[in-house]
Amino acid sequence: MLNEFLILMKQELLLCIILFITLILKISDNENSPRNWAGIVNSLLLINFLAGFILPTTGELFNGMYKVTELMIFEKNMLNLGLLVVSLMAHPCIKTHKHLPEFYMLIISTLIGMFFMISSGNLLLFYVGLELSTIPMAALANFNLNKSSSSEAGMKMILSSAFSSALLLMGVSFIYGTTGSFSFVQITSQLDNNALQVFAFVLLFTGFAFKLSVVPFHFWTADVYEGAPVPVAAYLSVVSKAAVAFVFITVLYKVFGTMANIWYVLLFLTSVLTIGIGNIFAVRQENIKRFLAFSSIAQVGFILVGISSGTQAGEASMIYFLLIYLFSNLGAFGVVNVVSSMSGKENISDYKGFYKTNPALSWFLTISLFSLAGVPPTAGFFGKLFLLTSGASTGNYLLVGYAAINMIVSMYYYLRIVKAIFMDENAMPIANIKAGIIPGIAIAICVIGILVTGFAGGVYNYIYSLSSGI
Amino acid sequence: MNLPMNLLLIPLLPFATFLLLGIFGRKYLSPVAGIIGTTSLLVSAILSLQAAYSYFIQHTGEVYTSIVAWKMTWLPFSQDVSIDIGFMLDPISVMMLVVVTVVSLMVHLYSLGYMKGEDRFATYYAFLSLFTFSMLGLVVSVNIFQIYMFWELVGVSSFLLIGFYFDKPSAVAASKKAFIVTRFADLGFLIGILILSYHAHTLDFPTLIQRLTASDSTYLTSAIGSSFLGFSALTWGLVLVFMGGAGKSAIFPLHIWLPDAMEGPTPVSALIHAATMVVAGVFLVARLFPIYAISCPGALELVMWTGAISAMFAAIIACTQTDIKRVLAYSTMSQIGYMMFALGVAGYGGENGLGFTASMFHLFTHAFFKALLFLGAGAVIHMIHSNEMKDMGGLRKSMPITHITFLIACLAIAGIPPFAGFFSKEEILSAAWNANKAIYYIALITAGITAFYMFRLYYNIFWSKEAKHDSHIHDEHSHGEGTLTMKIPLLILSIGAIGAGFIPFGNFVSSDGHHLHLPFEIANAIMPIGVAIAGILMATALYKKENDKSDKIVAALGGIYKGAYHKFYIDEIYLFVTKKILFNLIGRPAAWIDKNIVDGAMNGIASLVMWKANLIKSIQSGKVQDYALYFYIGVFGLAILAIYLVK
Repeated sequence: MLNEFLILMKQELLLCIILFITLILKISDNENSPRNWAGIVNSLLLINFLAGFILPTTGELFNGMYKVTELMIFEKNMLNLGLLVVSLMAHPCIKTHKHLPEFYMLIISTLIGMFFMISSGNLLLFYVGLELSTIPMAALANFNLNKSSSSEAGMKMILSSAFSSALLLMGVSFIYGTTGSFSFVQITSQLDNNALQVFAFVLLFTGFAFKLSVVPFHFWTADVYEGAPVPVAAYLSVVSKAAVAFVFITVLYKVFGTMANIWYVLLFLTSVLTIGIGNIFAVRQENIKRFLAFSSIAQVGFILVGISSGTQAGEASMIYFLLIYLFSNLGAFGVVNVVSSMSGKENISDYKGFYKTNPALSWFLTISLFSLAGVPPTAGFFGKLFLLTSGASTGNYLLVGYAAINMIVSMYYYLRIVKAIFMDENAMPIANIKAGIIPGIAIAICVIGILVTGFAGGVYNYIYSLSSGI
Repeated sequence: MNLPMNLLLIPLLPFATFLLLGIFGRKYLSPVAGIIGTTSLLVSAILSLQAAYSYFIQHTGEVYTSIVAWKMTWLPFSQDVSIDIGFMLDPISVMMLVVVTVVSLMVHLYSLGYMKGEDRFATYYAFLSLFTFSMLGLVVSVNIFQIYMFWELVGVSSFLLIGFYFDKPSAVAASKKAFIVTRFADLGFLIGILILSYHAHTLDFPTLIQRLTASDSTYLTSAIGSSFLGFSALTWGLVLVFMGGAGKSAIFPLHIWLPDAMEGPTPVSALIHAATMVVAGVFLVARLFPIYAISCPGALELVMWTGAISAMFAAIIACTQTDIKRVLAYSTMSQIGYMMFALGVAGYGGENGLGFTASMFHLFTHAFFKALLFLGAGAVIHMIHSNEMKDMGGLRKSMPITHITFLIACLAIAGIPPFAGFFSKEEILSAAWNANKAIYYIALITAGITAFYMFRLYYNIFWSKEAKHDSHIHDEHSHGEGTLTMKIPLLILSIGAIGAGFIPFGNFVSSDGHHLHLPFEIANAIMPIGVAIAGILMATALYKKENDKSDKIVAALGGIYKGAYHKFYIDEIYLFVTKKILFNLIGRPAAWIDKNIVDGAMNGIASLVMWKANLIKSIQSGKVQDYALYFYIGVFGLAILAIYLVK
């Protein structure tokens, strides 16, 4: 039993161990000879990522409260990679922070929460995981201690999460009241789609929508992304959303599969709103960091289009897209973060003539932006293509057409930056920047990831083989 | 035959060379770029020969089957339809492997001398390697989409190589022309692929062929059943695929790019525009041959007639050209026309498949003697610094090796026994005799014209005006006959041009994989040989010594000569159609629509977005209590909608 417990939960346990190692090192830290935190934690996270591939055992614990499938292992490995990249990328902007180790501890604990959320087979465990991944996040958003916008971000995040959690819990209690169980399997068998259950489902749905920044539950996003430090915004817009999306699709397909006709309409409506309003948000931005964070709202809208199909291809294309999105968005954030922490320049207009002084960084940023915009032949093109084809497979051409038009709008704002980099003249371009090894590795991982996932068809096949429909 | 690793190295080595030289070539590897390229190709060629040896010679059993040595699914669309990348071995692909690697090796070796001192030497070798990789990927394709991708890659690398001297406006124009014309044809190819795969539900070659040839196949019924403008979908698909092939193979009327493509470096012309890329169209038809032959003889008839017209048409033009490379270009076009109509007269299986074998045989022998002709012409151009016949003459003493090898190649292409061209042409002619007499006579006349213009070329270069050039040759600017690396390929290729005909080709390549005994009767051979000799004698009389006989004939022919000299004004017709008709009728209205309607709509969307953005700005107030309000509104809106849906 203990053995089984150790093996099945190994990914969560490993993260806990890393968390404790960091904590112990922090306590025993000597003021006079500070530790090389970036080196220590990043090596631990690298080990953690690699260890994710060892002993991929599947099974259940605690009567199905906690379960592991091959797909979940894959998803967790993805998130491990995302954390590693974020942590590498964060280095230039937090290295002088006086509470540096806390950054790592907080961010690792959010990941533990996400892992429990993904593996939950029970609403309570899911809820605990959700909160574990949210509360430390508010502290992270507040990590720029000397900036008032940062504490505003932390505050707004915790307040907004409180709303959504309250409604989510209400939904959970209604579900429990009508089905008599917290377990996903038993809930599914007890559902009879009466009005109270549907209402409860809508409450659960909004809980997810809140975390995914789906319109109209997205308002917190603007303020939090704006105030939070860049790596945290990157983490929120990629890793945190990916984790929630994984759970969301499982809950929709596996638990509430019988309500497919209802959530299909909800997804339809919210994806139309999300894509449209997300695009409008992104178009307006002049600050490149905020721009990247906001454009992620529209990207979530595309994910919803894929999910709405309810097929195996829908799930596979969503996970594939998230994998590509992880590389693309973190790659772009990585470059932008390096530039902003070295030169302090963050506006899109500052990037005019960037190619002249920084050809390599320009190319990395361009590849990432192309992938985000979905320009063939980058990976992002295939990601969006699969999402839209799976959306179209259910005959929903209206939604797919709408998404395709909005994809063109999004190309406008992504390519605007590429134009600034390569074409616009600038008398005073940003001086040549030495990225440094640690963020350099992060950017390299992302660019290689974009190229490999785009061209290696095996990745999608593998994900497809792990996925399932309703 | 379990050598997948060795097999994969055949295309991957040139690809690695391309990456290496493309990335580091100009800065670091310029002096050794040629050595690197040639060595890697030498290995590729050895591996290809080894593969051919084990496929053909060590083979046991009656039938050559196609073997998929390696395959990877690249992009799955549905259960059946996926884009795969793989490596298929069957008689024609193995033959093409040998042809491509051997000719490419010769060209690599030759270029060591020819391109020496060139500023972009490493880039040149990078492009050559890219081309070789693409061509190898094309011939081993397992999937019709794989062939399409490599097809385009071949087009791109050809574009790069034709435009290699990018500071020469004519080279740039030629490269663009080649790219656009073939691209236009490739559009047909792509649509053809889509039609075929739509009906067959697969992109995989063996499955595609099986589904579209089996008589009880429902896929075939569906493809024949649906029709458009009076032809079945199958016919349309096959004709459009042939259109792509015709573009790449410079078959009439899509041939206009090939003569201009001679602007590229001469070894490139030898590789791309003589031996390998231009036969890709023939290869494509051969690859899908069972479908053409079994299911859609109508499309095959089209192949036959366009091939025959192309052969004769190009041969006539070749008689009038004065640029030696252009003569060779038209002769290439004419010979490819031969291969095409040979496929056209063939049927599937057994004796009927004679045309198929003959076509592949001619492709094989042609690669050797045509590459030899181009490389010989290259040596001449290298020395004279001109492509025009009038600047040449009497070179046989100063360039003995070039002279002898060029003569061998001329004899081979003219079809004089025992040189290689005789055997393959003989098979084509007997296949045509069995199938269609009209085609046979066209082919026979073309053979005579071919002998005539080849020897016109030969005499104009190596005989004719004797004394004039002696001073020129001892000129200090002259390179002489070229380096040793330029002579070795000539010698090797002339061995091929002599000996390739003796290969018992029918034992290896046939339409259905069975051995085919190639019929050979002296009686049948008398006519073609006689015609060829007549052509040669005529050329000897007119051009061996400088005289005015040819001018008199030209004057007597008048309009016909002028028409042929101007390539029958095909280019002008294209220009008229595109510039006058397409631009005015389609281009201008489209530009107007684009400017006013499309741009107007885009501007409209943009201002709408900005307007909405201002609206949203006011909603995004920054107050958490407002956010909570919208949150609740959202929840209740969705809840009411959801509950309404249940009712």
